[in-house]
Amino acid sequence: MLSKRIIACLDVRDGKLTKGIRFQGNMDIGDPVEAARIYYEQGIDEIVFYDITASSDGRNIMLEVVRRVAETIFIPFSVGGGIRSVEDMRAVILSGAEKVSVNSEAVKNPDIIDEGARIFGSQCVVLGMDVKKVAVRPEIPSGYEIVIHGGRIYTGWDALQWAKEGEHRGAGEICLNSIDADGTQKGYENDLTRLVSAAVGIPVIASGGAGRPEHLYAVLTRGEADAALIASIVHYRTYSIGELKEYLHERGVKVRREW
Amino acid sequence: MIGIIDYKAGNLTSVARALQYLGESWTVTADPRELSGCDRIILPGVGAAGEAMTNLRRLGMDTWLRECLAAGTPLLGICLGTQVIFSHSEENDTPCLDLVPGWVRRFPDGLREGERALKIPHMGWNRVEFSRPHPVFAGLPAAEYYFVHSFYPDPADTAHILGRTEYGLRFCSALAHRNLVAVQFHPEKSGAPGLRILANFCRWGGADAQ
Repeated sequence: MLSKRIIACLDVRDGKLTKGIRFQGNMDIGDPVEAARIYYEQGIDEIVFYDITASSDGRNIMLEVVRRVAETIFIPFSVGGGIRSVEDMRAVILSGAEKVSVNSEAVKNPDIIDEGARIFGSQCVVLGMDVKKVAVRPEIPSGYEIVIHGGRIYTGWDALQWAKEGEHRGAGEICLNSIDADGTQKGYENDLTRLVSAAVGIPVIASGGAGRPEHLYAVLTRGEADAALIASIVHYRTYSIGELKEYLHERGVKVRREW
Repeated sequence: MIGIIDYKAGNLTSVARALQYLGESWTVTADPRELSGCDRIILPGVGAAGEAMTNLRRLGMDTWLRECLAAGTPLLGICLGTQVIFSHSEENDTPCLDLVPGWVRRFPDGLREGERALKIPHMGWNRVEFSRPHPVFAGLPAAEYYFVHSFYPDPADTAHILGRTEYGLRFCSALAHRNLVAVQFHPEKSGAPGLRILANFCRWGGADAQ
């Protein structure tokens, strides 16, 4: 039986973590490669690097980070943020990332999903979706709308329709981020996650809102997510990866416990 | 020297990086002369069976791999590299290398586990239940391994099956035949237990016994 995946998200800017991660001895670590190594050793199932670098110099620094990560950890990891073309995807994959995630660009130019899937395989292409709750209206029947540019622009895409469109075009996985829940630490958007997970036949990673172990439990059971993305809940040592997995295991959620 | 066969099937560098980490020397090539100088061979791969077989035939790797198996050189198949060693794949209805008799089948639609409909591809971490010992899989914890696939191996002779995995049905996820071992999962992406398998393979003489 397949385990539910616990995935750590690391935000990177100009080759450094945007917020230092607190490990043993309250030492802040700013190097994304070192943070990845520590989470790898603690049993994380996968890592997402989110590159918020704007400049093209920064892009090259990120590729160097990807190369070093690929030499250091031997689990799947993906890179997202600022992927605008198949060439951007190729650079990230050839540097050693298992998957690449497209978000805003996929809304503006959906063919990037088809092309990426055709060239690299669906398993390499993650569709990142940022979603906000809105009033139900004819073009947004689910009441969940796709937003881009950090939630500043509403796209007119219903979240469920966009998820199906992305799957149809060849995305191998969906990373579903609730802008409303993101940063609140009050729990994932379980209703949205369940709706999207039921609408598609590809795995769905729930993102945004993790603050306590019960939030992971809720989204992996009621929310029917295949994986849960976590960030500050482990970055600030509120919980360790082992504690989160033990909590889930004790409640009957299958997670990877030997590594 | 370990030869990683380059047949343009996805990104092969992750296997090379894992070997690098283990301190092994390796080469990624499709040149039969260079491969013939290697002590052991890895056939990796991500992608579709049809294109993979087209490339392998074009490179003469179909004949070369048959000779490699006959010569007793230790050979490891990974993921798509495991699927193409069988007689036939349902993916693109492809005749394959036929190094091991059997088929590669698609996970049927409507697979369920209890109440839940299962998603295809089978993507993520899952257990392998080993049914008999083998040097390449010695000393492993009761670990899980990383899978990404929509098709699974179905050997004609169950004696070739070393390990099985449960995903709506029980399928063969590790097998052995003489100097060949093959896994459906990705040892290079399965953490320390996966690296242990690669390290074991790098020391294996090619005999299928403990």
